[in-house]
Formats: sequence, C-alpha cells, structure tokens
Amino acid sequence: MSEIKFIGGYPEYMRKLINIVNRTRIKRKNYDPPAMSKEERKEVLNLHPDYAHGGKRKISIGQNKGDMGPNEVVDLLEAYPLIEEREIDLSQIDYDVDILIIGGGLAGTTAAIWANDQGVPSDKILLTNKLRHGDSNSMMAEGGTQAADRPNDSPLIHFLDAMGGGHFANKPDVVKGLVEDAPLIMHWLLELGAIIDREENGDFTEKWGGGTCRKRMHACRDYTGLEELRVIRDEFRNRKIFCLEYYPAIELLIDGEGRAAGAVLWNCETGDYKIVRAKATILATGGFGRLHIRGFPTTNHYGATCDGVVLAYRAGAKLRDVDTVQYHPTGSAYPQQIIGLLLTEKLRSMGAQPVNKDGEAFVFPLEPRDVEASAFIRECYVREKGVTTPTGMRGIWLDTPLIEIKNGEGTIDNAFPGMRRMFNRVDIDIRKDPVLVFPTLHYQNGGVETDPEGKTDVQGLFVAGEVSGGVHGKNRLMGNSTLDCMVYGRRSGIYAAKYAKTVKGRGKLSLEHMKKYVNMLKKAGIKPERRAPILLPEYRGKAILARMIDIF
Amino acid sequence: MKEKMSIMDRIAESNKSVTTGIDEKDIKYWVTIYIMGKAYKVPAGLTIMQSMEFAGYRFVRSAGCRAGFCGACATVYRKAGDYKLQTAMACQTRVEEGMYLVQIPFAPAEKATYDINKEKYNIGVLFKHYPELARCVACNTCTKSCPQELEVMDYIQDAIKGDFKAVAEESFDCIQCGLCAIRCPAELVQYHIAQLARRMYGHYECHEPEHLKIRLKEIEKGKYKEDWNKLIKATIKELEKFYADREREPD
Ligand SMILES: Cc1cc2nc3c(=O)[nH]c(=O)nc-3n(C[C@H](O)[C@H](O)[C@H](O)COP(=O)(O)OP(=O)(O)OC[C@H]3O[C@@H](n4cnc5c(N)ncnc54)[C@H](O)[C@@H]3O)c2cc1C
Ligand code: SF4
Ligand code: SF4
Ligand code: FES
Repeated sequence: MSEIKFIGGYPEYMRKLINIVNRTRIKRKNYDPPAMSKEERKEVLNLHPDYAHGGKRKISIGQNKGDMGPNEVVDLLEAYPLIEEREIDLSQIDYDVDILIIGGGLAGTTAAIWANDQGVPSDKILLTNKLRHGDSNSMMAEGGTQAADRPNDSPLIHFLDAMGGGHFANKPDVVKGLVEDAPLIMHWLLELGAIIDREENGDFTEKWGGGTCRKRMHACRDYTGLEELRVIRDEFRNRKIFCLEYYPAIELLIDGEGRAAGAVLWNCETGDYKIVRAKATILATGGFGRLHIRGFPTTNHYGATCDGVVLAYRAGAKLRDVDTVQYHPTGSAYPQQIIGLLLTEKLRSMGAQPVNKDGEAFVFPLEPRDVEASAFIRECYVREKGVTTPTGMRGIWLDTPLIEIKNGEGTIDNAFPGMRRMFNRVDIDIRKDPVLVFPTLHYQNGGVETDPEGKTDVQGLFVAGEVSGGVHGKNRLMGNSTLDCMVYGRRSGIYAAKYAKTVKGRGKLSLEHMKKYVNMLKKAGIKPERRAPILLPEYRGKAILARMIDIF
Repeated sequence: MKEKMSIMDRIAESNKSVTTGIDEKDIKYWVTIYIMGKAYKVPAGLTIMQSMEFAGYRFVRSAGCRAGFCGACATVYRKAGDYKLQTAMACQTRVEEGMYLVQIPFAPAEKATYDINKEKYNIGVLFKHYPELARCVACNTCTKSCPQELEVMDYIQDAIKGDFKAVAEESFDCIQCGLCAIRCPAELVQYHIAQLARRMYGHYECHEPEHLKIRLKEIEKGKYKEDWNKLIKATIKELEKFYADREREPD
C-alpha cells in the first residue's frame, strides 16, 4: 500500500480525534482557562527550550569568551573557516567598491538605497546574496510593522514597550533610534508606493501586537514583509545597483590597519571564489532559525544559518544577547510540508483556542509567548495529552473554527487570506477544522553588537537587521524587527556612505584575523571537526548520504 | 529507553523529520516520482522540495523561504498518464505517485526601470514601459498557472483599462514566482506590470494620513527632546517603574 487515507486533509485516526474537539467546542466557546499565576508560570517555564537545562554553554574563545550561547551557535563559533589563507589570492581584486552589503533582505536592500541616496554611485555599491535577492525571512513577515504615529501614542511609549519586552537588556540609545525613525520609515514606504492597510477615512489601520500598550501594528493584509520588500527591491532594481546572487560571503577581509575591507565570496554553483574590496561593509545576513536549535522546527527561510555572526566574530566584533532565542508557540505541526511555519498570534487574539487530545482547553490563549509555548510542551510531553502525527511529531490543536463562531462567518477569509491559502493547499479547511500546532524556532534576539549608527566595534563594519544585537535586548516584540531592518538598514547605509568617504589610504587586504582565530581555536584544543559558516542546512536523506562518493 | 531521555531530547527526536532529514526506517508509505527523468522512491506526504532532498538533491537554487512566500521554487510537472503540464511551488505541493518533475531556475524576465516620482499617473505609464500589454489574447493561461490562485488575466485586463486600483487589489498576493510569464503566449511579464501598477497606485493615490504628518512634524520640531533626555538617562529601576505604570489603551 502506498497511500494513507485522508478525510478533509487529515488521516482517519486524526479525523476521529477532531470529532472530540468538535464535540466540546460549544462548551468551550465562552470559557478560557484563567491566566497562570506568577508561580505557575515560573514552574512551567522550566520546560521552555530557552530555559530548560542543557541547551547552552559558554563560548570558549574570542571577544565574548565566557558568555553563554545556545550549543548550536557556540558550535559554529568554535568551528574552523571554510578556507585556508594559502588558498586565497588576495592580490587579484574582482570587485572594487565603496560599500559591500552582505544579504539582501529588508535590512540590506534598504541600506543599499540609502547609501545610494548619499551619493554613492550604484556601481560602487555591491549587494551580494546567498540565494536570490529577496529569498529571506523578510518576505515572510505576516503580522506587521510597529510605528508610533497615532495621536494617543508616542515614540516614548514605543520605547518603553520595546525596553520592557526586551527585559531592559536593550541598548537604550539604539532603541531610541528605532522608535524615533519609525514614522519616517512609514513615510518612506508610502513615498515608494507601498500599500498599507487603511481605515475608511484614510488613516492607517493599526492593530495590537503582543507586549505593546498601544495599537501600532501596520500591516499589508497578511503579506506585510512581502509588500515591503518587493517594493523596496523594485526601487533597488530601478537604480541599477550592483547585485550578485548565489554568492555568499564566506569570510570578511581586513586591511592592514585592522579595518573591515570587503569579503571573500563563493560561487555556489561553480565553486570558485571572488575577492571584493570595499571601504565599508554592511552585514545584513539575518538570523539563525535553520540551526534548528534544540531540535525545533523553524519559521525561517532556507538561508538563515547564522553566517553573519560567525564572520563578524572572527573579524573581532563583539556579540550580545545571543543567548536568548525566540520560539513562537504556534508553529504548524501538521502536515509535513508546513511543519514549523508560522501561524500568527492574531489567530489566538481573535478567538482560536489551544485544545488538547481530549478536547479540553488547558491554557489561557494569550499568555506571554514563552509561557504559552511551555504550556504546549507540558501538554504534549508531561501530561501526554498531545496528538501524534504520522511522522511522530506531537502537537496540540488550535481550534480555529471558534474564530468564526465568535466573530461571524467570513472572518477567516477576510483576516487570514494567506493562512487560508496555505491550508487549502493541504486540503484543510480551517474554518471547519482545527489545526495542529507546536512551538517553532522564530527569531534571533541578539547578534553582532550595534550602535545608533549601525556601527560595530570593528572599524568599517556595520550591521543591520536580525544579525545585529542590542535593539531588542533579550526578547523582540512582534513588529519591531521589520522596523529594525528598515530603520537600521537606512542608518547603516547612510553612515557607511559617510564613513566610506573618509577612507583614504587603502591598506593591503588580509585574512590575518582568520589566521589569529584559527590559532585561538587550536590553543583552546578545539579539533578541526566543524567548519563554518555552514551556508545551508543539510536535509538530504540519510541513506543517500551514506552512499555518496565525492568524485567531482 | 525513551523514559530516560530528557523532554528536550524527546522533542528533538520526534521533530527530526524536518530538522535533520528523513530516516528511511521511519517511513511507512512510499511513492515513486521522476526527477529530471530518473525514478526515485520517496516517502509519501512530503513536498516536492522535501522529496527531492530525500532523493539526494541539495538545493542551491530554487529554494528560499520554504513557505510559499518568495517564489523561488517554481516547478513544472506532469502527472502519470496526463498530457497536461502543471505548475506549482515545490515547497507547498505534495508529491504524488508518478509525478514527472523539473525545477526551473527563475524566468529571465525583463523589468522596466523608472523613477516613480517622475511618472505620470495615467494609463500611458503601463503601456510605455510594457507595450506588450496590448498583445494579451485573453487566453487565461496565466490564471491557470498561478500557484497563488490569482485572477491573473483579470488583473492584466484591468491594467489594459488603466484601473490601477483593481490591479493593486487583484495582484496583491503575487509572490512574483514567474510561472504566469513563462506560460504566456504573448510574452507578458504579468508580475512586473502588476508591481509597477501597485507602486503607482500606492504612490499617487494612497495619501499620507494626517496623523502621520502631524507626528513627523512633532519629531522634526523636537517635541520629545526633553522627555528623551530623561528617559535615556533613566536607570533600569526607573524604567521598570515607567514600564509598569504604562496605561493600556482600551481595546
Ligand atoms: C515567518 C516569519 C514571520 C515574521 N513576522 C514578522 C512580523 O510580522 N513583524 C516583524 O516585525 N517581524 C517579523 N518577522 C521577523 C522579520 O521578518 C525578520 O526578522 C526580518 O525580516 C529580518 O530581516 P533581515 O534583512 O535582517 O534578514 P533576512 O530578511 O533574513 O535577509 C537576510 C538575507 O541574507 C542572506 N544571507 C545569509 N547569509 C548570507 C551570506 N553568508 N552571504 C550572503 N547573503 C547571506 C539570506 O539568505 C537572506 O536573503 C517574521 C519572521 C518570520 C520568519
Ligand atoms: S497568458 Fe498572457 S495572453 Fe494569456 S491571458 Fe494571460 S497575459 Fe493574456
Ligand atoms: S501572478 Fe504570476 S508571478 Fe504572481 S504569483 Fe501568480 S503566477 Fe506567480
Ligand atoms: S521556497 Fe519560497 S515559495 Fe517555495
């Protein structure tokens, strides 16, 4: 037999379990379990992947020696480079530019445009991408972008929300930049022709986001990142700014004076390398979801492999807050093709209720993200009341039909077109049937330490977006990261352009920093088993990998 | 054995089909597919993308978001015994017994360049940059090939009429995968035309809301300067207090 029997997208045995959920729905309609007490929260949080024992260790070398990080990240910091110094001929420069930007999500693309606005010619800016320009986390942002632009709101209130959300570990001056430029970014998006949701009278439609005390979430249907990035990328293309695709940066270059001075790029298809010399380098490589920290599925795109953090750290930049990882409680857990994908918080805020195998509501639907996620884990792995999928994954139900019972028919089609489409493709009608969810790895809270101009502590090296650290402290609020990308994309573009103009003498390109780093690795007794950056995750079948021979 | 594993280990173990690649011994149901002509036995229930990985392909091209948002994974396939060429996103489509698959690198389509501030907001702009618009023969092939199930032909017809708003609304969920364009007998590049129309509509017709204008002025005039000086210097203790004292606006 080759096929499982499906009824409305679910195999027979899951269909039977759904009937239990259907039976208890009416009883649950007006009942949510109460929010947890402080003590209860504390206890359940021990089950959270970010707090549960054993997931982190100390970084043993470099600037942040002694700081904690997730094992998967520290593994990459304690890994050997992909290249050896003697393999690389630095005397032949393939591209000589003013500004090199690594990574073309929202942050990198925005940086290019603003650097160009500062007068850096479009052929003196190079944006290099590991995948296609735009294949990124940015494309997938659904929920929205924060900006305090309503009369009852202010940048100051936005500041407090972001600081509190980040457990006050954020850098205040960087957060100030974030919130103060937010209205300007909205203005810029409108100028470029982005279409943002509106009320009848032309005001922006602004919604709640978790952890804020004002409604300030601007959305473009549930395709916010798609609309923002495709408009910005279109502008980038109109300016004919120089762009490479399938050319990841695999090592930064330093000049004789210790300044960042470009990068070594690698052609994914032909395997040869290119040398870029640049007066300023902007790192915008995004996050690390594809490291599958603690074995969790992820919402992130294929190229989210922590490359930027690895490169910058080797070049001597300082990291911060890389120890905290954001998990989203409601990642999809069934079927296979959408595991890990984000099911927005808005589903719960509009009435969808988490329900266990026995059809019971077991947790207040809008606990903070970490508490909610922990409660799901407890239900599946301690109380054993989760639902097991055909591939062995466990999840709990998110009872989406309640949304229409509470808000009227048609609500789901209007508010969640992207979600409807995603589930329609797998024959699941979320208006009639619940969906299975489990926490998913979502966001890299920290990264390469930045300042209000996007500068790192390596001269000539700038950062923007998810790869940076300091903006969101220990925990990012939804809607602040797309904003971060555009605010600090803009700022890093402007300040890198200004800086590039001041760079006079160009020292000799070198990989000295890499050599030093390798020496540190050796001294620390780290064996050359791992190499980084990894560039792409490995998903090939185990049986095939076991039989591969390297000939070409 | 399982009892001794920590909860985190048990989670990692049960998630491994999507985190580390699939192990044959976990698979009960199989299908046979043809990738670029070669037959492979792959687990049923996987996406085209996952099944190709299972078969040993490592994507360098044609994989991006893996979630149906970026358009990188456009695929053309045919089902066994069916003459019809079908189009889909490889990351969002389940494999079926007997599928013949080809991954296409993206369509080398020409995009017009323009300065949005200098264009005239009328029907002429679309024809100026994309004169081939006039060649649409209304065959509906684009609509049939769209993985987002958009009414592509309709938005092209709206573009011909110069109805920017209608194009913007109909094409809004376009992920620019290029599948419509590679199938179009008149060689239109629908998604670039739609992008121009949306930007024109956004730029010329969606005006800046008053509340945003006011906020921008306030910031420019330094309205928050004094408060910032206080906030930036505040200790964490003080910030914590300010934070706790925030009043939440009513729902
Ligand atoms: C599903 C999802 C939903 C989200 N929803 C929201 C939301 O509603 N609101 C919000 O504010 N935020 C949201 N976020 C977070 C937000 O989208 C991201 O944090 C943000 O877009 C990151 O942008 P970026 O430019 O820093 O990185 P990315 O957009 O990831 O871009 C980085 C680019 O660099 C490339 N790259 C990586 N390594 C290299 C290398 N070595 N060389 C060259 N290029 C490289 C990558 O392939 C990628 O193209 C969401 C994220 C996800 C995944
Ligand atoms: S496929 Fe081309 S010719 Fe046919 S309807 Fe679409 S745009 Fe017109
Ligand atoms: S309109 Fe064309 S480019 Fe856009 S999603 Fe549909 S097929 Fe892809
Ligand atoms: S990989 Fe982005 S749409 Fe499939």
